[in-house]
Amino acid sequence: MKHVFALLALVGAVAFGAPAWAEETVAAPAATATAAAPAAAAAAAPAEAAAAPALVPNKGDNAWVMMSAALVILMSIPGLALFYGGLVRSKNMLSVLMQVFTVFSLISVLWVVYGYSAAFTEGNQFFGVLDKLFLKGVTVESVGATFSKGVVISELAFVIFQGAFAAITCGLIVGAFAERARFAAILVFMVIWFTLSYIPMAHMVWYWAGPDAYIDAAAGEAAGKTAGFLFQKGALDFAGGTVVHINAAMAGLVGAYMIGKRTGLGNVAMAPHSLTFTMIGASLLWFGWFGFNAGSALEASGGAALAMVNTWVATACATLSWMFAEWMIKGKPSMLGAASGAVAGLVAITPAAGFVGVMGAMVIGLLAGIICLWGVNGLKKLLGADDSLDVFGIHGVGGILGAILTGVFVDPALGGTGVYDYVANKVGDFDMATQVIAQLWGVGTVIVWSGVVSLVAFKLVDIVIGLRVPEDEEREGLDVTSHGETAYHH
Amino acid sequence: MKFVTAIIKPFKLDEVREALSAIGVQGVTVTEVKGFGRQKGHTELYRGAEYVVDFLPKVKIEAAIRSDQVEQVIEAIEKSASTGKIGDGKIFVFDLEQVVRIRTGETGTDAL
Repeated sequence: MKHVFALLALVGAVAFGAPAWAEETVAAPAATATAAAPAAAAAAAPAEAAAAPALVPNKGDNAWVMMSAALVILMSIPGLALFYGGLVRSKNMLSVLMQVFTVFSLISVLWVVYGYSAAFTEGNQFFGVLDKLFLKGVTVESVGATFSKGVVISELAFVIFQGAFAAITCGLIVGAFAERARFAAILVFMVIWFTLSYIPMAHMVWYWAGPDAYIDAAAGEAAGKTAGFLFQKGALDFAGGTVVHINAAMAGLVGAYMIGKRTGLGNVAMAPHSLTFTMIGASLLWFGWFGFNAGSALEASGGAALAMVNTWVATACATLSWMFAEWMIKGKPSMLGAASGAVAGLVAITPAAGFVGVMGAMVIGLLAGIICLWGVNGLKKLLGADDSLDVFGIHGVGGILGAILTGVFVDPALGGTGVYDYVANKVGDFDMATQVIAQLWGVGTVIVWSGVVSLVAFKLVDIVIGLRVPEDEEREGLDVTSHGETAYHH
Repeated sequence: MKFVTAIIKPFKLDEVREALSAIGVQGVTVTEVKGFGRQKGHTELYRGAEYVVDFLPKVKIEAAIRSDQVEQVIEAIEKSASTGKIGDGKIFVFDLEQVVRIRTGETGTDAL
């Protein structure tokens, strides 16, 4: 355990030095001053908000964002925990529940200590600053921007809403190396990865000064330069396709490679122990995802309702397309296939939720079900990693698909909302090629960034603690050997 | 005395129990078991992974009976557990040396 604490201290030091580190090592690319696309999360911009004459949060918007935060928390615990838990063997059930539950708690704490500040304050294009360490200065009076001029919500509501995102993102990763990872190793890895991959990705994609800063072209250009790297590139990510799903999937894939395959893979039956739990978990994810996607509108608006309908319909389409594809190819329509299709659809619609029309959402959903089925079969064999619960096959593939298709179906000609120009106060001219390239910038950046951070973090943890449990403990099951208890008493 | 063990399909348990009660068998012990015979296993498919399930769930019934009941018991189980399809199970008959009723200390056929 001494090693664990030593590493935690080291991580803390790295975390606090992180903004400076990013500035030194990453060359700041030329800012293409795009006129503020309404990305998923408006950053709470204290300076502007404070300067504006006494903006009072709208109670309806506040209520919706707080309710949404609770829904996103329900996605992690128990939603994701049960979805994953049902997929492992019964001897590892508690280990998965425990990993998701604990990672959720750990990231929640880190979020209020430094995560929120480092992600959602004005710094450079990759990190914020530590002005709001321990939520310093965030009071019941503080407000954060939404996507409408002159409309704000309580900053504390934004803090918990975004914190719930950070927590579930880290929770998603554990599925890739379920049934064999050392518990302490997971915790230390999460601290490093959250600090150096989640926080900068959230800042790059979502940090901006808020719509009120875009008074005229000059002010808009100045405000645009304070936004995150990918926000400036014009990459659209309504609720976290890149920040949450591709980000977590890359960490999972790298983890699956580095931790190695489960002992006995291919010889021992590793069938899911309870698809009943998996179905309940998938359903809770779907339910909570209404908060995840529609809550990302940050207002109880028509845009939020659009995101909600898209989250509903795209998911239903993906459930059906996965099921029918599986039925045709493998001969039987399975419950696990339907549940997996639903999650694939939820992932794919996430970046697009508030940007595409309902028909666009249906196309995204239908494609997600089929392509993610390939993700867990053909692609999985190509990659050769034992990604136990198919984090990459579903969240990575679905996330990439959704990110790219967002650039297609946001097109007003295809029923999308277009990209709002906050200087002109109207929907701007749309060019699909430009938008898809911006989307690819987002995808490429997160794959490389998360991949590199994960590689270094896993290596470091492997040296200090060791990533895997010993083989005999793995055979006996992590419930007893890591946690000293069993899920079921027969 | 004889000891009869029958391996049957799980959903046939109620019918077998009724048939045995009807011919005066006083008690049986039932266990959920797994095994294979000529029915072999089946394959299960989970996303990309295919698993061969070698052992199928069955129910094992055990009953201690008088020697003169053997033919009747075998017939009752055979009829009630049969579906005519592969995997209906088997009946095993053993000689039984001694039986003791713990409460009273009775032995032999009195204890059945």
